This record gives sequence, structure tokens and C-alpha cells, in this order.
Amino acid sequence: MSVAPAIETRNLCKRFGAVQANDNVSLLVDQGSVHGIVGENGAGKSTLLKMLFGFYQPNSGDLIINGVPLAFDSPSEAMAAGIAMVHQHFMLVEPFTVLENIILGAEGQPMLKHAMTDARAKLLGLEQQFGFDLPLDTPVSQLSVGERQRVEILKALFRGADILILDEPTAVLTPQECDQLFDLVRLLKSRGKTILFVTHKLHEIMAITDAVTVIRAGKVVTCTATASTTPDDLAEAMVGAKISRTVTREAKDHRSPRLRVDGVSALSDHGHDALKAITFDVYDGEVLGVAGVAGNGQTELLEVLTGLRPVSSGRVELDGILINADDVQRGPTKLRQMGLAHIAEDRLKTGVVATMTATENAILGYQHDPDFCQNGLLKLSAIDRAANTYFDSQDVRPRDPTLPVASFSGGNQQKLVIARELARDPQTLIIGQPTRGVDIGAVTKIHDQITELRNAGKALLVVSADLDELMAISDRIAVMCGGELVGIVPIQDADERTLGLMMAGASGAPHSEEASA
Amino acid sequence: MSAVPAKLPGAVEAVLMPFLNIMVALFVSGLVVWGLGEDPFFALSLLIEGAFGYEEAIGYTFYYATNFIFTGLAVSVAFHAGHFNIGGEGQAMLGGLGLTLAVLWLGDTAPVLSIFLAIIGAAVFGAAWAFIPAWLQAKRGSHIVITTIMFNFIASAFLAYLLVGPLQRPGGQMPESSDFPDGTGLMQFHEVLEMVGIRFEQSPLNASFLIALMAAFGVWFLLTRTRFGYEMRVAGKNAHAAAFAGVSVSRVTIIALMLSGALAGMMGLNELLGEQLRLIGNFTLGYGFVGIAVAFMGRNHPLGIVLAAVLFGVLYQGGAELAFEMPNITRDLIVVIQGLVILFAGAMPHLLRKPVALLYARMARKGAV
Repeated sequence: MSVAPAIETRNLCKRFGAVQANDNVSLLVDQGSVHGIVGENGAGKSTLLKMLFGFYQPNSGDLIINGVPLAFDSPSEAMAAGIAMVHQHFMLVEPFTVLENIILGAEGQPMLKHAMTDARAKLLGLEQQFGFDLPLDTPVSQLSVGERQRVEILKALFRGADILILDEPTAVLTPQECDQLFDLVRLLKSRGKTILFVTHKLHEIMAITDAVTVIRAGKVVTCTATASTTPDDLAEAMVGAKISRTVTREAKDHRSPRLRVDGVSALSDHGHDALKAITFDVYDGEVLGVAGVAGNGQTELLEVLTGLRPVSSGRVELDGILINADDVQRGPTKLRQMGLAHIAEDRLKTGVVATMTATENAILGYQHDPDFCQNGLLKLSAIDRAANTYFDSQDVRPRDPTLPVASFSGGNQQKLVIARELARDPQTLIIGQPTRGVDIGAVTKIHDQITELRNAGKALLVVSADLDELMAISDRIAVMCGGELVGIVPIQDADERTLGLMMAGASGAPHSEEASA
Repeated sequence: MSAVPAKLPGAVEAVLMPFLNIMVALFVSGLVVWGLGEDPFFALSLLIEGAFGYEEAIGYTFYYATNFIFTGLAVSVAFHAGHFNIGGEGQAMLGGLGLTLAVLWLGDTAPVLSIFLAIIGAAVFGAAWAFIPAWLQAKRGSHIVITTIMFNFIASAFLAYLLVGPLQRPGGQMPESSDFPDGTGLMQFHEVLEMVGIRFEQSPLNASFLIALMAAFGVWFLLTRTRFGYEMRVAGKNAHAAAFAGVSVSRVTIIALMLSGALAGMMGLNELLGEQLRLIGNFTLGYGFVGIAVAFMGRNHPLGIVLAAVLFGVLYQGGAELAFEMPNITRDLIVVIQGLVILFAGAMPHLLRKPVALLYARMARKGAV
């Protein structure tokens, strides 16, 4: 007799207003398998997950867990049915210890002391069974990102989960941490757990899953065994058409440095050393990629280069003019006038004001430009025209600049930001996370644009958490770890293993180029 | 766990929703009145009659509204810059002091000049009183809510000291200053109307109502048409984006708070230069605080604030008449009704949002078929 599938959905539909987020989604996930779900941002992955986890209720359709039709009114009912979700953004209380975090909400009895004792015994058993070695009495704030993720997974197992939903689990991990996660996923599978693995990285799907479902525009377009498909087929299924890069990097010689960073140190917001004596140059006609695990000084580096953070020592020069040093700090407005554009790494936090309209955001940072403002008065019709031009040039949709930026998708927000920053023909571009939260179709276009700018002789510095992205667009890749520049690797010598080891601080650059050459 | 209701069209959002909220507030108020054994419909008619029934009543209604326009605008300007100015009361007191000093200093030498100086004095003193908390917020991170509240007490004590000391009317026993010289008061509104040939009964309503309307227009212009207004709104909504755009958040904070203080300070024009013609202790009577409710009800939009200010004028003037006519309804109950309006229209503006959105969606669907 065959075992009932762990998860089966039949024609799940979910509508928000006029948007059909999920349209007759039917899914079949075998028990004890790793099932991948891929799709672009906005394809309906999150909606599906949230229905599986009881966060949303479907408008129609059936949900069958282990052969039993169920309807979840809340996440706690889903948890009771053995479904747990590990969110992309961890749901942990940082000052609490691992043990406290795990029993939070599942204490089971009013007296904490007994609950802790019981939980500790149970957790030690689970740790042994699944090969965890988490320090139960250490505050979560002292754990690495990878360890925090394991706390989340242990938390799910502690609650008796048989089905684990991992939402973009590798987005924040180093390559080595990813390998550890994959090992854990395989172990969980061998112990009979079912895992739903949501990602947009196709090589991960190929590496870890048994079967894969592709979702596009709220519908299931493909559901197949992983062994019988290829990354190209999946990519095509995701976007509905073949996508390929049309722009290639042209050879460039005779370069001259445009941005010079010399021995720069800077403090973080909390007064720690965020940057430690960093030295590098960015040349005309090149893309310098900056790799590193999030929080190793990349944010502070971007801020130092764009006039948002003072240096504590060292100097930054743009076109031979000192822009940031002990006694000089040119602000963002001045730098923009000098031809430096800044595409902020955290779009919604820094790059736009989400509640203001696209038109109002079209002049953010350029509100002093004489095209937009004279004698302190805004030139509203010129601003409207500029916004419309930006919408046309980058094909921003929906084509309505009077909507607040928050109502556009991430990709369209980024298009607007790019249009705004390119409008003044900048010679130097400082770009953070160019494709974070952007659909796969738009990713390629953004990569092409970066390469075009490079070919046109601009100097670009790109910080990204996505190594594949950096390998695709960079001429050289600088790796940061603990606020130091570990080394700069020319693209022909760069591979994921080398860079991963450098990101983890385990080794320097193999053929480290002399940074100030 | 449902998502935020769908967007409503602007007119529904701006007009229908506040109207429905006020209706709910009136309904609950009606229940209270009914519970006291009075006829709620008769009470409502008395309230409206008291606010609009005769020319003097209308004058009073708009006279009170003038105070609320100034203090409501003051709160909203600070709010657009991301700050909660609770200090309107104290800033109004200092504004009153500023205009009094200007008028008394000039004496009756040049009445027109003295009115002009009085307006400037009110704005400058109000702004200066807001500057200190603003500077502490911008440079030292002292929370503006706390500091502005404390500055209200300081202002009140300072004014009390001046009015029983250096500024007290010579030989007087009351905490009030000497009378302003003849001719330095603002033109009364019935005099303004007489100039264009309209006869209107005398009331405390005076030319500062027009100044308040101009201030509302000025605030609208500042917010939507000037670079500073834009920078202020950016800083108020997202300080990180402001820094990214090269906006100095501390500069914007200080200037916006000073503008806010200047607007609150100008409330004294109505009370002192328009009606009392002398500085009296605690002339602000809580108008500075009600300005918070007015700003919220008006959704921080200058036009909305003018409308909300008129509504509060109605509640003040009509409420006073109602308390006079109905013995069971005391002055305190009027405050309860005002509180209910603030609660439903100011503090819980989204109470009816979901049902209205559903209804609207259903109507839109029917219309589409």
C-alpha cells in the first residue's frame, strides 16, 4: 500500500482584491522527500506557503495533509498538524538563550523551571538524533547566521514538525554554511521528514531536491522530478521565455583610477570598528564587485563612499578630489553634482520613501537640481515629465507615477531607482545589492545595464550578497570579512570555493592582486 | 488575518469617512444624552442652533475655530517632519507674550505698525520657545514629546510670574497686563464685512480668522510646492532616505519645529489682539492641546484642519449653548461629547474602513456588470 502524500493541495485559489495570487494550485509532495518550489518574486510562492502554514485561508480548493483534509484557521493549527515554517527573516528573540527561544510559546506548563528541565532533556535527544551541536545556554545574539537558522529548525523539530517549510533558507548564508544546511536537509530527509524548499536559486534545486514545482503568475507551470529537468528548463518555466544576456564585457585597457580608497577606517553606528584600513581603487570601465557575508563592513563602505558616514582615518578621492577624510566630508548632494550616483543597498529603507508617490521619489536626492527646483520652489510639471521619462526608459509598471512607491513590485521600484540615478549620466556608480528582491527577468536586464555602463567607461563598485551575480558582472572581486579587505581576486581566478573561504576569513586571496597597483 | 482593505477613492476617503466617523460619535453621544433623560434629537438641534442659529453664534463658532486652525496647523507642520509637538500650549503662551511686549513697547505711536510688529512678535516668540526642545531633539536626541510637555509648564509658570510681577497692570490685582493702547487691536470681522457692504452682528470674530486661513494656505504651499516642504516630508517619513538625499535631518527638525511654534504662537493674535486687548494668564485654555485632535481629524492636511477646526468651533460654541439650555447637560458633558468626536474621528479613523471598503467593492462590482 502506498503512503499518502505529505502535502496535497487541490485547486487552491487565493485572491486579493483584483489580484489572483494563487490560481488552481495543485501540489503533491511525497512523504520523506525534499520538494523544491521556485518562482519569481510575486509569482505566488509566499501566498502558497502562507496558506499551507495557516496564515491565509484559501478562497477555494482543498488542503490534504498526510491523507487528511484539513483547513487551518491559524498558524498554530498548522503547527498542531506537524507543519513548521522557517522564515527567511528569523523569528528569534536575540537576548534570549537558545533554550529559551525554543520553548517560547511551547512551555507546556506554567512553571518555567520544570518546562526548561523537560525541554532540555528532549532537546539533547533531538540534537543527538539530528546531529546538532547548538549551545543551549548561549544567547542567540552571539550565534552566527547559520547557527540561528539551525535554532529555527531545532525549534520546529521540538514542536514535533514532520513537514518543514524552508523559505529562501540560503539567502543569508555563506557557501560553506549552505553546504552544512544541505547536509542537515539530507539528514532530516533520511529520518523521514518532509521538506519544502523554497528558493530562486536553480542550482540549489538541482543539488538538494527530489522533485520541483515551478510557479508563475499564481499558477503551477511545471511539476516534475528534479532528475528529469535542467536549470535552463526551470529558468524558462519561471519566466515563460528564454532569457539570455545580450551584452558582453568588452576588453578594456588603459584604465585610470577614478575612485581611490586609501587606508580607510570607519566606525559603525555602535562605535565598533566597521572598516579597518581598507585600500583599493576603482578604474574607468570596470566593475569592482564587493563580496562578503552581510554585516562585514559592506554597508559602512557604501556609506563612506557616498558621503553618508565619516571616516576615522584614511582618505577617499573621487577624480583626484578628496571627498572623505579626517577634515573633509562631502555630502551626498555635492557628490551627486560631481557625477557620483548611489543605488542604495536597502531600497525601502534608504533608496525611496515608500509612502510617497513615484513622482515625488523621482527627485529624491536631486531636489536641488535646477531642472527640478528654482529659488526653493519645486517645478512640478518638470518633475512630472521627468518621472514619466523614467517610467518610459526603464519600462516601470504599472505606468502610473502618481501611485505610492510601496504599491510597485520590488523589481519596478528598482527600475525607478535606476532610472533616477542614471538620469544625470554619472561617471561613477556605487551600487548596493543591485537585484535584491527583483524578478529574474529584470535581473538580467539590470546586469546588462551594469555591463553597458562599464563598457561605456564608467567606474562601478557593486556590493552584493549573491556570489553568482558578482561572478557574472565583475572584472575584479574584493572580499570583505570582519571589516577588512581580505583580498581582490581578478574574475578569471575567482571561483565560489575560493571566495567562500575568503568570506569566512579562512584564507587570503590566492593570487592577491596588489590593491594599490 | 486579512490584508489591508483595498484603496478607496479620494472623495470617499477625504469626505465620507470623516463624516461617518462623526456620525458614530454623535450616535454614541446621543445615547449618553438619552441616558440622562434628555431628548438627543432636541439636544442636537440646540447644539446646531447654538453654533449657527444667529449671526453672533456664527461669529463665536468661527472665533473659536480660528484658535484651532492655528494650533492644528502647528501640530501638523511638526508631524509632517516626523515629530509630535505637544508644546502648542506653551508656544501659544509665549506667542501671546511676544505680541504683548511688541504692542506695549510701541504704545500708541503707530497703531498699524504695532499690529504688524505684534504678528511678528507672536510668531518669533512661539518659534523661539519651540527652538529649545527642537535643538535638544536634533542635537542631543532628547525626546520632543517629553521636552515640549515640560516646556508647557515652564511657559505657564513664566507667564504667571510676569503677570503678577513686571508685566502686571500697575495697581491691578488680577494676573493680567495693562490694556493695549487704543487702535492696536485687530479689526473686528463685522467691520471687515461692513467695508464690503455686508451688515453682520458684532462678535469676537476678528481679522485673525483671515490670517489663519492665509496661514493654512501658506502651510499647504510650503508642503506641496517648496523644496523645504518636500525635504521636510521626506525626513518625516524616512530619515534614512533623507540622509541619502542629502537632507540634514537635524536642520529640518529645527526649522519645522520653529515653524510649528510660530503657528502656535500666532493663536494669541485671535485671543489677545482680537478680543481681550491685554495679556491674561492662561489665555490659551487648552486650545494648544485640542490642536492635536484637530490636526489628526484633519488628516494633517491644511484644508482638513480648517474643516476640523470649524467642527471644534461648533462643539465649543454650540456646546456652551446646549449646556445653558439643558440643565441636565453640564459643561463637563460637552467635554465628553468633544472627547467622543476626538475618539471616533481622530483616534479611530479606520473603525468603519473595512465595511465601507467592502460595500464600495460590492457596489463597484455591480456597477461593472
